[in-house]
Amino acid sequence: MESAAPVVSLQAVGRAFGAVRALSDVTLSIAPGEVLGLVGHNGAGKSTLVNIVTGVLPPSEGQAIYAGGTPREAGVRVVAQELALAPNLTVAENLRIPQRDLRGLMWRGKARTRIRSALDEVFPDHGIGADTVVGDLPLAKRQMVEIAMAFAEGGPAPRLVILDEPTSSLDASRADQLLRHVHRFRECGGAVIFISHILHEVFAVATRVVVMRDGRVVDDRPAGGYTRTSLVEAMGHVAREGARERRIAASGVEVVSTPEGLRAGQGEIVGLAGLAGHGQAEALARLYLERTSDWRGRSPVPAAFVAGDRARDGVMPIWSIARNLSLAGLAMLRRAGFVDRAREARLVADWRERIGIRTDDTGRPILSLSGGNQQKVLFARALATGAPLIVMDDPMRGVDVGTKGDVYEMIRSEAAAGRTILWYSTEAEEMTLCDRVYVFRNGRIAAELRGEKITEERMLAASFDMGEAAA
Amino acid sequence: MMATTWTRPWFWAFAAAALAFAATVVLTGVQGAGGLLVAALTFASFSVLVGLGQMAVITMGPGNVDLSIPAVMTLAGTLSLKLMGGAAGTELWGLLAALGIGLGAGVANYALIWLLRIPPIIATLSASFVFQSVAIWSNRGLRIKPPVSLAEFSTGSTLGVPNAAWIGLAAALVFWMLIERTAYGRRLSAIGQNARAARLAGVPVEGVRAATYVLSAVMAALAGFLLSCFSGGAALNMGAEYLLMSIAVVVIGGSSIAGGNSNVPGIWGAALFMFLIVSMLNSYGLGAGVRLILTGVIIVAIVVAASGRRLTP
Repeated sequence: MESAAPVVSLQAVGRAFGAVRALSDVTLSIAPGEVLGLVGHNGAGKSTLVNIVTGVLPPSEGQAIYAGGTPREAGVRVVAQELALAPNLTVAENLRIPQRDLRGLMWRGKARTRIRSALDEVFPDHGIGADTVVGDLPLAKRQMVEIAMAFAEGGPAPRLVILDEPTSSLDASRADQLLRHVHRFRECGGAVIFISHILHEVFAVATRVVVMRDGRVVDDRPAGGYTRTSLVEAMGHVAREGARERRIAASGVEVVSTPEGLRAGQGEIVGLAGLAGHGQAEALARLYLERTSDWRGRSPVPAAFVAGDRARDGVMPIWSIARNLSLAGLAMLRRAGFVDRAREARLVADWRERIGIRTDDTGRPILSLSGGNQQKVLFARALATGAPLIVMDDPMRGVDVGTKGDVYEMIRSEAAAGRTILWYSTEAEEMTLCDRVYVFRNGRIAAELRGEKITEERMLAASFDMGEAAA
Repeated sequence: MMATTWTRPWFWAFAAAALAFAATVVLTGVQGAGGLLVAALTFASFSVLVGLGQMAVITMGPGNVDLSIPAVMTLAGTLSLKLMGGAAGTELWGLLAALGIGLGAGVANYALIWLLRIPPIIATLSASFVFQSVAIWSNRGLRIKPPVSLAEFSTGSTLGVPNAAWIGLAAALVFWMLIERTAYGRRLSAIGQNARAARLAGVPVEGVRAATYVLSAVMAALAGFLLSCFSGGAALNMGAEYLLMSIAVVVIGGSSIAGGNSNVPGIWGAALFMFLIVSMLNSYGLGAGVRLILTGVIIVAIVVAASGRRLTP
């Protein structure tokens, strides 16, 4: 066993941004061979804590002490929640950015070897070429590359790897590979900080769980000391287990019917399941683009889209929260071409209240919000259109448990009011909230499940070849 | 209020214009100041007209630029003057013809972009060869004078302000409303920030793009019509300097080249500056070479100053 000297230890660390206290009085150390599960709501201070451990932000109070001097020398590596690869470079070239020892004439060859062996180790059968340009990779594969980079050898060897929502766009089997690798890494004396809103993952890998709330550490125990319910309570939310009685679809009117066999009735919640990258996102995008016009903003709005990849498909980065929220509904806020600003303000205030966006001023830039709150704005953007069809492309990435509960509730009540929801998710658990689920495999619908037949086992079975009989 | 004024992106353009004006007046004396101001307002308004259209195009983000502005100016000026033939009572038809030519040119530009899926730079550049050729073919070296009423109007003043400047001001006001207050303006900015996300949020991307290229061409045609009336006839090279000018006033005026962010007041500041800097360097008796180098250096300095201000939180 390694010595128990911590890789990093934080002593009474605090951090303020102007008047906002993001972190107060955090004392925490991470020893080799530990997997620290870090949980808490959006805005609880997890990201700030990560930024202090990685040295991106200096603490305003207290100090952070590392085993090797600087965070870099101590082997601290991070996989950020918002993916940070350079899209115009290849997979191997991206490795050059953190690994500054890749130099000299043959650095590309070295980089290729390193990233290949890391990918092979973490994600067997990954199917990612080291010379592929990152921009050409789907989101799940980009996330895999970034994770593999964090575990790759080279430079100061990784001793503490911080994974911030690492499985947010991975499907179940890839997530499982990652969790297994975290185990192996820990057994070799590595330390991991594992941040996830998916609690069963935290229970599966963590040796110790730290709960944060309002910028403080409110609980810190070995993982065995919690149950799912007690953990959710410690985060400050009452668990809503069992509140999942099945709704009967409201009417028989068919709203969606595509040649590939995707059907949805009015008031129905229809899930698109299966492994990530098997054509679900494409099917949704196609459907949405067919329903809306390239040439004219129609009112009433026929369909609305909720993006999961916020930076690529959702957020208007230079705009305020309010403008981001009202964008999809502009067609109905228009009077003789002008935006009816009084109506817009009412709409924004109304939805801020209904969906609980945490801000006191919707005139602030959207990027001032945490990821989960940005996602709420995108939900509000789609729901505020009044569109009868809502298309959701894995919208719960990086959203905390409390918010998820609120949003599930909202989705159900919107469906009950007669809206049709098409919902793609990489989390099988979410799919069990649907009235009907299509499981995709290789760009096609492999199975259709309804009602009681919607279980994680059946979906997983249909995702692989042996599952034909599942329906 | 004063504390925030200087952080606005258009502040630097106006500050630089004022400095260039002051520096010129110091040399030439106060008696020349009035004339200089009238000239600056007049010539700036032509740049403003084309700059506003170019601004809308550039707001749509990287790759969007209208290179056909000079050719559209020439074509609209040439054909409308030919149509009027210098006769009184034809003014309105001439104006409508010019605007119609702008409309047609804009539709042609966008049709190339959309149908052939070629980058706007190439599409507008190649279209401009066609426009220019039509102008040459119809002009045949003739220099037709504008109707007297139009010549007098475009060189005259109302309330001490040149008529051309009134038109430039009115156009700027219309654009300000368009950009800041209409659904079109919102959608334009959304496309410039992230076209894909805009489409997924229900923005009719192609419709907005088409409207914007048409708008830019119509503004160029209006500028061409006004300029040919002002200078007593259309000339085949009359638009030449307005290609770089239209882009320069957008950039100096504080609109973002990365797209999404447009700035109407800045267009006026930058247009005034572009005229005043040349007359300042002229009055200091610098040669053409030195003048061009200094103009370039000063433009870069202003862009750096303006963007530097915006980067600090």
